[in-house]
Amino acid sequence: MENKSIISISRLIKRFPMGKDEFTALRDISLTFTEGEFAGLIGPSGSGKTTLLNIIGSLDVPTEGEALVLGRSIGKLTTREAARLRKENIGFIFQSYNLLAVHTVYENVEFPLLLLNIPSAGRHKMVMDALEWVGLTDKVRSKPPQLSGGQCQRVAIARAMVKKPSLVLADEPTANLDADNSHHILQTMETLNRELKTTFIFATHDDKVISYLHRKIFLLDGRVDKDEIIRSNKR
Amino acid sequence: MKLAFKLAYRNLIGAGLRTWLNVIVLSFSFVVIIWLKGVMTGWDHQAKTDMTNWEIGGGQYWHEAYDPYDPFTLTESHAPLPAEFLPEVAAGEMEPVLITQGSIFPEGRMMQVIVRGINPEQTIFQLPTSVLDSATDAIPAIIGSMMAKTSRLKTGDYVTLRWRDANGTFDATDILICGIFNASVPAIDAGQVYIALDKLQEMMLLPGEATIVTFRSSNVPRQETAGWVLKTREELTRQVDEMIKTKSAGQSILYGILLLLAMLAIFDTQVLSIFRRQKEIGTYIALGYTRQQVVGLFTVEGSMHAVLAAFVAAAYGLPFLAWQAKAGWTMPVDTSEFGMAIAQTLYPVYSLGLVISTVAIVTVTTTIVSYLPSRKIARMNPTDALRGKLQ
Ligand SMILES: Nc1ncnc2c1ncn2[C@@H]1O[C@H](COP(=O)(O)OP(=O)(O)OP(=O)(O)O)[C@@H](O)[C@H]1O
Ligand SMILES: [Mg+2]
Repeated sequence: MENKSIISISRLIKRFPMGKDEFTALRDISLTFTEGEFAGLIGPSGSGKTTLLNIIGSLDVPTEGEALVLGRSIGKLTTREAARLRKENIGFIFQSYNLLAVHTVYENVEFPLLLLNIPSAGRHKMVMDALEWVGLTDKVRSKPPQLSGGQCQRVAIARAMVKKPSLVLADEPTANLDADNSHHILQTMETLNRELKTTFIFATHDDKVISYLHRKIFLLDGRVDKDEIIRSNKR
Repeated sequence: MKLAFKLAYRNLIGAGLRTWLNVIVLSFSFVVIIWLKGVMTGWDHQAKTDMTNWEIGGGQYWHEAYDPYDPFTLTESHAPLPAEFLPEVAAGEMEPVLITQGSIFPEGRMMQVIVRGINPEQTIFQLPTSVLDSATDAIPAIIGSMMAKTSRLKTGDYVTLRWRDANGTFDATDILICGIFNASVPAIDAGQVYIALDKLQEMMLLPGEATIVTFRSSNVPRQETAGWVLKTREELTRQVDEMIKTKSAGQSILYGILLLLAMLAIFDTQVLSIFRRQKEIGTYIALGYTRQQVVGLFTVEGSMHAVLAAFVAAAYGLPFLAWQAKAGWTMPVDTSEFGMAIAQTLYPVYSLGLVISTVAIVTVTTTIVSYLPSRKIARMNPTDALRGKLQ
């Protein structure tokens, strides 16, 4: 059975205004992602990885071309529709975790469910499940400043995964972590990708991350330089 | 919206000391504004009650020529009582007072005074007039404490009183100070000397005449009578309202400054937190908030200072305000020198409306002040915010 496409990008161009001029960050990108991929955008600094990830995540819009994410054309969404797409279908993981510092681990993970108005009975189980996936059920009451970097990133993964989104976007998730912690969270994400069929797209230049990827998309100067499928994730 | 309150609450509590500093400053505004306004209301009540009890009763008829601000009118402003007053006068429900000018000579100085003839058996005023009936070698008189102070007269002192009778002839006699009363109504104290009405009528050669007639109850409908002008209690106390209004205007500046301080603190906190929390703002947006919702969240967060402040204010303000209402606020200076109707101790009076309107004004102001800087979020680029790029 062929996996269905959840992202389809065609002839996408992104320019940023730079004083009087414009800077072209993405030039003519065409890519398709299917459900359940574990893919990475790889490239040197400034190659456009974050820019592309932001557009896929509806935080930014294409200048030209089209980006269809879960059937919605990113450039044509109202801010409200874009927010709804992120709220319902997309989980973000950031390099610097971006946890809410004054909230406990539990509250951080609960947050996306509150946005979705999930009734409290179901919410508790979902939060505990997500914390179970990342192995942090004993840190429920802690606050982010009391956790190590690896633990913070695991909370961030739990927060991204708790609503079981179709798509998780992770921008340099291991950049602030040591090797052990990096492997730990990558294994966690790999397992979740396998078990929940969640599509993961990374932006990275970390070899540890790259070694886990099933698909490597090399970006160079805003162009797709190479697109390698390492292992089929069809089973 | 419920979520915004929950989040705002967590963020505020999480912010710790800064939140509490703002909350304490704000709660201070609540308590001080309510207290000051309560004192003003209390003063208004007290001044009107005192005026009623000491000066105007339920209202007065003034002889048409009488002008309390022009003592020269006194030679003209007296007339026999109209016949329709007589039954009430006999029943003690109306009290005529004859007023004239005179001079006293305490310690050899000359002092202009207003002499008031009043019925010693009257019960409309709290004036201790019964002593005016005493049989003494000189005419018994009472004065107020302010007058006692300026004239340096004490109970038991004799002083010469000089006056002009209705024919314009000067005459003089000794009066004996038989009592000194304490009233916080300057109009009936400063420069006033009270003697028995019949005595003054006799001295003035004006038997049965009066200058003003005070009635006890303000509830009985009153008609104008030829030669006499009806002054209702409302008219006579209007000047109190005006005085309180003037004083309140001065106080508004104080509230303004207090509120301004609190609002500056909140504004500053908002500007700072929007600046420092860009990443958090970006995170909210990435998690599915619209920028408008984040603006809402930050506004709620700011305005929640007012809600917390209301609770904090209630915690220490309620006992304080209640204690003040009971114990009263004693002014640190001698109020008899203020020249206005103010008691040494004022009892603040608070109304529910006062509390509600104060809370509402402070909350609305706080919300506006919180909203203004938050609008900036609506113009933020979410990707810039996520990077925490300084703007
Ligand atoms: N808002 C912006 N305004 C102007 N230029 C931008 C903006 N965002 C990104 N760029 C530029 O676009 C190019 C691509 O940036 P991007 O952040 O996507 O790179 P990246 O591949 O993620 O790099 P890194 O590995 O350093 O994170 C860079 O040259 C960057 O300077
Ligand atoms: Mg990047």
